[in-house]
Amino acid sequence: MIKINGIEKDSAGKSVAEFLAENGYDIKRVAVEMNEDILPKSQYESTFLKDGDVIEVVSFVGGG
Amino acid sequence: MTREVWYSTLEQRHGADLQQKFSQSCVAVCGLGGLGSNVAISLARSGVGTLILIDFDRVDISNLHRQQYAVSHLGMYKTEAMKSILTENTPYCNVITHTVKLTENNLSLIADCDIVCECFDNAENKSILVDGVTERYPEKYIVAASGMSGLHSGNMIVTKKLGKRLYICGDRMNDISDDGTLFAPRVMICAAHQANTILRIIAEKFEV
Repeated sequence: MIKINGIEKDSAGKSVAEFLAENGYDIKRVAVEMNEDILPKSQYESTFLKDGDVIEVVSFVGGG
Repeated sequence: MTREVWYSTLEQRHGADLQQKFSQSCVAVCGLGGLGSNVAISLARSGVGTLILIDFDRVDISNLHRQQYAVSHLGMYKTEAMKSILTENTPYCNVITHTVKLTENNLSLIADCDIVCECFDNAENKSILVDGVTERYPEKYIVAASGMSGLHSGNMIVTKKLGKRLYICGDRMNDISDDGTLFAPRVMICAAHQANTILRIIAEKFEV
């Protein structure tokens, strides 16, 4: 199990890119924290989720 | 008002050690709209030594309801208008301006800063800037904003820390495309969170 925004999910084995797409996140708008570090977008495809990972995803919204 | 008098006034209020940290700091304010115009003024008033101001746009009448510009600034580049405001308010802040659109291709404009303040309005551009700085300048702190539109409760706006060097201020929910507009005080609350977070980082208070 991995923990995403505080909720446990059975997503081990998927890439971060796959996981974000399947869960309705727009990759162009997100920032992803993985195990207490920010994961650059260039690593979304090549980084695979494993049991025990803790992920925080923030989707930016417009306005400023 | 001389430089010496101004800095001794700041030192009396902030303490010499903290004021020295503020004076030695350089912050890049990326975007000078509702967020950036407020952040820049707050940081200059607090005695931050150097501000790098980046915006490609000119002051328009549609900006005056929430951005810190005056009628006399209409038509000016926001970088020039903000520099004139800061020269009037806080003349000893070192202000560097770049009147360009900041993208991943000219990120070196912020190479000399310690902290990057993301003050764009477009969600994808926010994400691109945060990502570009994270990848290219991993030693820099980033203080971004997301969610300050509409007339929702001001108490929804908070500062969240992601990783070791990224802070995101806002309600992270209310989008300008749903709310249709922004109101001056709610944008100012978010900008104040950003400026306060930046001062806290300079003061080495890293928790939110």
